[in-house]
Amino acid sequence: MKIHLILNGTPREMKVAPDRRVVDLLREDLGLTGVKEGCGSGECGTCTILVDGEARLSCLLLAAQLDGCRLTTIEGLAQDGRLHPVQQAFIDQGAVQCGYCTPGMILAAVDLLNRQPHPTREAIRVALSGNLCRCTGYQMIVDAVETAARRMREGEDA
Amino acid sequence: MTERSARPELGPPQSPMLEIGASVPRADAWAKVIGAEHYAIDHYPLGLLWAGARRAGLAHARLRGVAIEAARALPGVVAVLTAADVPGTNRQGIVHKDQPVLVEDHVRHWGDPVALVLAEDRETLRRALALVEPDLEPLPGVFDIAAALRPDAPTLHPGGNVLLEAEISTGDTASAWDVCAAIVEGTFDLPFQDHGFLETQNGVAQVEPDGILTLTVSTQAPFRDRFEIAHALGLDPLRIRVISPYLGGAFGGKDGATVQCLLALAALHVGGRPVKMVWEREECMIAGYKRHAARLCYRLGALTNGTLHALDCQLYFDTGAYAHLGGEVMELGLEHAGGPYRIAHTRMRGWAVYTNNPIGGAMRGFGVCQASFGFERMLDRLAAALGRDRLDLRRQNALRRGDRNAAGVTLVHSTGLAACLETLSRHPLWLERDRWPDQAPPLKRRGVGVAAVFNAMGYGRGLPDAAIAKIALTPDGRFRVDSAVSDMGQGNASAFAQIAGQILCQRADAIELVQPDTARALPSGSSSAGRTTYSYGNALVRACEALRAKLLHRASLLLMVDEPSGLALLPGRVRHLPTGRDLPLARLAAMLPETDRVSIEQFVMPVSQEVPDTGKAFVIGFPHVLFAYAAHLAYVEIDTLTGKLEVCRYLAVTDGGRVLNPRNFDQQIQGAVAQGIGYALCEELRLQEGRILNPDFARYLLPTSLDVPDIASLAVATVEDTGPFGMKGIGEVGINGPLPAIASAVEAALGRCPSQSPLEPRRLVAEVAAPSASDDAPR
Ligand code: FES
Ligand code: FES
Repeated sequence: MKIHLILNGTPREMKVAPDRRVVDLLREDLGLTGVKEGCGSGECGTCTILVDGEARLSCLLLAAQLDGCRLTTIEGLAQDGRLHPVQQAFIDQGAVQCGYCTPGMILAAVDLLNRQPHPTREAIRVALSGNLCRCTGYQMIVDAVETAARRMREGEDA
Repeated sequence: MTERSARPELGPPQSPMLEIGASVPRADAWAKVIGAEHYAIDHYPLGLLWAGARRAGLAHARLRGVAIEAARALPGVVAVLTAADVPGTNRQGIVHKDQPVLVEDHVRHWGDPVALVLAEDRETLRRALALVEPDLEPLPGVFDIAAALRPDAPTLHPGGNVLLEAEISTGDTASAWDVCAAIVEGTFDLPFQDHGFLETQNGVAQVEPDGILTLTVSTQAPFRDRFEIAHALGLDPLRIRVISPYLGGAFGGKDGATVQCLLALAALHVGGRPVKMVWEREECMIAGYKRHAARLCYRLGALTNGTLHALDCQLYFDTGAYAHLGGEVMELGLEHAGGPYRIAHTRMRGWAVYTNNPIGGAMRGFGVCQASFGFERMLDRLAAALGRDRLDLRRQNALRRGDRNAAGVTLVHSTGLAACLETLSRHPLWLERDRWPDQAPPLKRRGVGVAAVFNAMGYGRGLPDAAIAKIALTPDGRFRVDSAVSDMGQGNASAFAQIAGQILCQRADAIELVQPDTARALPSGSSSAGRTTYSYGNALVRACEALRAKLLHRASLLLMVDEPSGLALLPGRVRHLPTGRDLPLARLAAMLPETDRVSIEQFVMPVSQEVPDTGKAFVIGFPHVLFAYAAHLAYVEIDTLTGKLEVCRYLAVTDGGRVLNPRNFDQQIQGAVAQGIGYALCEELRLQEGRILNPDFARYLLPTSLDVPDIASLAVATVEDTGPFGMKGIGEVGINGPLPAIASAVEAALGRCPSQSPLEPRRLVAEVAAPSASDDAPR
């Protein structure tokens, strides 16, 4: 089938098998390998993307469901040559180790901060609890999201 | 603060000076936050084929044959291979070569591969794998250590079910018990743990036009992989090239062959086409290596004044179907079985035993993680028996530099345990520990626990722990480090950049890091054993110093000064200090032939000069001489109705020598503690006759952001003279503390603690319900 979508800001028209998993479509057909797969069954959050601004698991989505949607992957998060404040804060606060959870983690955090600009540490932990990280113990990730929230509120562009 | 400037294009910010001791951002962070880093799994070469293994699906069986015709007939299937198609020995294994690439006739565990399928796409591969029919005759299996050791047990390997049996002893345990004022005993059981890395085992392979077999694999040991593949498939190791990009986690689980031999075998059969193999999560759980399940039997005695005096223990490790590093894991567990304490008389015996369970292999903590539960439970019980404070008893017996450890080895290197315990004892979390249980809400019990742990570094005697570093001045005046040890997330590559930046006085953007490629770098051992940064870093220090000396000498020729003493390396240039003249490094590079711009140096880790009259069964490994130490403290709260345990506060004090990068140091400690909390509370492979009942993240639960508290990490100020800039490896030690510290806290809260881990709600509820709980709880 043919679908229309806005992918990382660019309108696209694509012919896809309607039952193609979105994670495969993005990684294999479109080369957006920043989208990761860790479990394939909705349990780890590494495949998180933004669909119309909301965090969704691309391993559980099918291509047909994307028709008419606005998609953001980690590759499309930086704007005008600048990192998103969450990306910058992940670097500054040491939230990246192996980095395999990082794209999904960052997008889940972006979704949170869009909904809730003043999250407590506890709220950040709740919002990220669907995203597994085996390397960091989460603390520096929570630090990073706190930092990003503060900078975004202060209007810093990091 | 970081400097900020509007940049026309997306690029890393103005790069910082790479100074040792500073929390410089990791070299890999930028590419990882924009999704640009290419892991092995992100490689999709043009025209690739997909490879997959058909797993046996029975834990113990005779394989009478494999019906492959139906799969082969499926359109899109390129080849279906069985053991008959494997050239060479068909055997892989790091030390013991006992694991077939494809099973010939004896299936020894559920995930044993019986056929390899190659297909044009993944959907066809999936269907073809289901069409492969192994003809299996079930055999009676052995599914735990006790069953494997019975005289009439079915045997898995020609030599029987004992892979290795060994003893380490000192003093005279026969008579030592008589003078002990208190003797405590305990038996402890620990389950298999999965590494839970998020990037599953995967890679791509291709025979290049020049005949070189090239693999890009998520691996911890690219150099060793060549020899494993060559041995298994009868190839020339020097005609195999392995590239190891940044890994999406590993923790020991990608040390040794996973996809390598299967991929190589596949590549040999498809006339130069690239082949890709990715294990799905369930396959990763079923076929991947695990932390060994273990049973520990302990007896520890002390004198009236609290001096530890005698230890007798037996450690049994379930290595599953194949050896992998089972003997070496047992060795390290045994060497640490006495804890980080002085004990004059010890008799420590160990067994690594084959069963039809999943394969036990390397995992962070490598045998020590299990032993730590045993010796620290003993210390707590001894403290209770003697009426002593738990921390005080540990401080009294803590190993110091110059002591002999419980394995009889003299500690001639940095030994900072006493400093760790001292720091912990002055921390508010310890000083205010009594307030925690006193403020427990209704229906909750609270406790505070402590643990002292240690972990050896390096391979130990018998296998030189060596690394060869290579650094070059590039034509554009930057420096390129050809790393030879994989970065699985621990940040060693960034440490290498920091070392080079410090010695060569360069900013981050002047240091280019190339991840391991056997065609460019030089053999340097594996990314493991707390030796990654230590060994390669030491070699790199030498290489950088040699390169600096060489470049200053060459610069003196170009600047026509008499000798290089007035020359200094500065970011991007050499300056002649007496005259202030600058020579840009790019210009210097342009004057030098490539061979003159490179520096290659090696380092070999020191080994024990003592030859202990014990541990003779260990050909490699025993003894070690370098150790990292730690003291951990945990605050827990237990719901008396549900048994749910929450770790509320946590402190880890670590002796890892000098800290090269405080933030990266804390990353390692926090990550290890989190993984240790999972091991303590919930992670357990559930097995039924060798079949894993929870082979996914829905049923095998990893700690989430809600299960791990903020972790305070402190470093003590020791310096390891033999380490690069005084550091020691700390990748392992942090995981050894959480289980014993949490168990200690549980005992403080409930008056007792299960001797079986993980400390799950059902086990804790049983303790709450047991009579006389909470009497004489330690404080
Ligand atoms: S890959 Fe989608 S949730 Fe794990
Ligand atoms: S950084 Fe490795 S999984 Fe999160």
